[in-house]
Amino acid sequence: MAMNAPTADKFDEMHAPDGSVRPAYREYCQWLSQQDPAQLRRKGAEAESVFRRTGITFNVYGQDDAEERLIPFDMVPRIISGAEWRRVSRGIEQRVRALNAFIHDLYHRQEIIRSGTLPLRLLRNNSVWLPQMVGFTPPGGVYTHIVGVDLVRTGPDEFMVLEDNARTPSGVSYMLENRETMMAMFPELFTRAKVRPISDYPRQLAASLAACAPDCAGPRPTIAVLTPGIFNSAYFEHAFLADQMGAELVEGSDLRVIDGRVQMRTTDGFRPIDVLYRRVDDEYLDPLTFNPKSMLGVPGIFDVYRAGRITIANAPGTGVADDKAIYSFMPEIIQFYTGEQPILPNVQTWRCAEKDSLAYVLENLAELVVKEVHGSGGYGMLIGPTSSRKELETFRAKLLAKPDNYIAQPTLALSTCPIFTSKGLAPRHVDLRPFVLCSPEGVEITPGGLTRVALKKGSLVVNSSQGGGTKDSWVLDD
Amino acid sequence: MTEVHRPMLSRVANGIFWLYRYLERAENTARLLAAGHRMALTRGTDEATQEWRSVLKTLGLIQAYDTHYSNYSGAQVCDFVLRSKNNPRSVLLMFEKARTNARTCRSAITREVWESINEGWMNLNELLSRPVREGNLDMVLGAIRRESTLARGATHGSMLRNEIYAFSRCGTFMERADNTARILDVKYFLLLPSLSYVGTALDTGQWDNVLRSLSGERAYSWLNAGRMDARSIAEFLILDERFPRSLQFCRLAMHENLSALARLRGRTGLPHDALAKVDDLLENRTVDQIFEHGLHEFIVKFIGLNASLADAIAREYRFLA
Repeated sequence: MAMNAPTADKFDEMHAPDGSVRPAYREYCQWLSQQDPAQLRRKGAEAESVFRRTGITFNVYGQDDAEERLIPFDMVPRIISGAEWRRVSRGIEQRVRALNAFIHDLYHRQEIIRSGTLPLRLLRNNSVWLPQMVGFTPPGGVYTHIVGVDLVRTGPDEFMVLEDNARTPSGVSYMLENRETMMAMFPELFTRAKVRPISDYPRQLAASLAACAPDCAGPRPTIAVLTPGIFNSAYFEHAFLADQMGAELVEGSDLRVIDGRVQMRTTDGFRPIDVLYRRVDDEYLDPLTFNPKSMLGVPGIFDVYRAGRITIANAPGTGVADDKAIYSFMPEIIQFYTGEQPILPNVQTWRCAEKDSLAYVLENLAELVVKEVHGSGGYGMLIGPTSSRKELETFRAKLLAKPDNYIAQPTLALSTCPIFTSKGLAPRHVDLRPFVLCSPEGVEITPGGLTRVALKKGSLVVNSSQGGGTKDSWVLDD
Repeated sequence: MTEVHRPMLSRVANGIFWLYRYLERAENTARLLAAGHRMALTRGTDEATQEWRSVLKTLGLIQAYDTHYSNYSGAQVCDFVLRSKNNPRSVLLMFEKARTNARTCRSAITREVWESINEGWMNLNELLSRPVREGNLDMVLGAIRRESTLARGATHGSMLRNEIYAFSRCGTFMERADNTARILDVKYFLLLPSLSYVGTALDTGQWDNVLRSLSGERAYSWLNAGRMDARSIAEFLILDERFPRSLQFCRLAMHENLSALARLRGRTGLPHDALAKVDDLLENRTVDQIFEHGLHEFIVKFIGLNASLADAIAREYRFLA
């Protein structure tokens, strides 16, 4: 994700063009002006050693021995005012409700296709569409229990949705740990600025998942987090969430289908699980139904699921909503299911599958960002303005060979927020991933989310796998 | 406490059990090396070689060592035991395994325990990243002992007294009993020219070393005011229930923790039967009886029963699928 805007008119969230500090940052900047820079640098080094000690690491695939790395943490918080957040969170709630209704519709009557709003080919060509889900309604009617909505900002009131993560959005542990770290390093800051707390997230997650438990669950449903294991890049997060929720952290080898339930091997025999928060992709979930070579999943779990005797979060098949071609229809999708105009706009998107769009994209390749429809993590994309002539030509060939596989977006002037550098504050591009919980009891959005920041000057790639860092994200209680 | 018992995952129980075995083994290995080093400093070359051989023998590493090296210099042995890539059971790897298990079982341990193990691993990784110079050996061995102690302390001070804790303690005491028995056996055998020497006056320096290997020298002299003989030392290391590294102490600790597990499940099982056999060996036993049947035979029997106990725990609590 991300784009470049080597233009002067990008929006800085801390400073107005005249150099004055924007209202949300006033309290912080006042505090900052009273700090000794050398002291702050020391704190930065301290923070890094805290992350190492606590093991807040991620594994990078393809590196020697799946080395554990730190995600760089920047000490300058990203601050959002209460008013800004109210609008953003209304927009997110609207979007997530629409997403859920949309997925339900896709696997039932497909009204949106019948009405001609969404072309059928988008489903036909979709590898993450699961025919096995057709006609089935998950417990509680919830598909997207946990959603990460990636937002970018281009102006004072211009928050846009860049991507929906309706499968297994990650990063929430960094959101929580970043706050803990900031509070430990600068306690006095939190007595000055009124920052809305986020530490309740794990409890809310547990409650939200429990509210989606199947009918066969008791009054205190057993929740388990399914992880591929310690070599997975997000293992830290899986363990963190299980720990914080008081849930079990299970691997596929712990689970077996017995008596029509998914059960875990305990020291006192097998015990049923009611809700499985899986951090394993659909395709690996059940070797009997999906990838027969999967060692990560549970043979037969899909039958148990279809019988309504376990909740899988997020529901299998929700990946259709992560598709970037479908993303381009989100404004129509929101209108279709809510009858309202979208509060948060999409980023303008050209669908290369459409002839006119393809022509436009080929014509303007050097100014655009082109992404794979099923891609994620910032891989397999082209950032026109920063690519060489050769890269552009290679991509042009790919586009012509398989236009359906791509969408294109303008290179946005992403907002910046300052980071600490050895030479003082310097603006860097940021995005924001708020985390959203859905249950029959409602939609809950943790104030703020995870701010990812491109640490290299001018860079727009914020992904941690490609050198991005993170910041604590504040929503002010004002 | 009206809460229904929610049994833990077997894979995690297994991970916890071994996590604490690795920590304990790393610590005892450091003790053994420290005693060996001390011995080598106060003795001639021949005796030092004997001493290092006995250390390797106690650790069950002598064959692995002999395939790679032909002499028994202290530096070589210490390097092999602590960090050599030729040694699949080096202290460094043990700590790494402990840390991997802690990661795997992260949600079963407290943040304090995790951090103490993770930090310990980081520190030792750093200390053992290059060969240990003799001048640094004591410092490094002290660090190994300290890291293990910190993890145990964090466990003691922060973990809920539940099933997880019981498995952690079982791991600790199984391993400790095994290590004490091995140290005693190898030393005893090695130090004696032949069995006919049993019970005769022995070199007090060497026995002092046995005690040091188990951090029992101070406690022993406090209890025995100057006496230094095989019988009273064996009595101390095997039967004294006040000494936390004695076989007796470990047995009682296993009782405590296996009883806790039985209370949680509402029934006893294979390990409780296996422990009863250890009871038969150690309960109401006198040191004279032990020497009468032979100390070595006694220890071999104990190590066997202890290993059966570990197997019984693994089977009863379904450690493996």
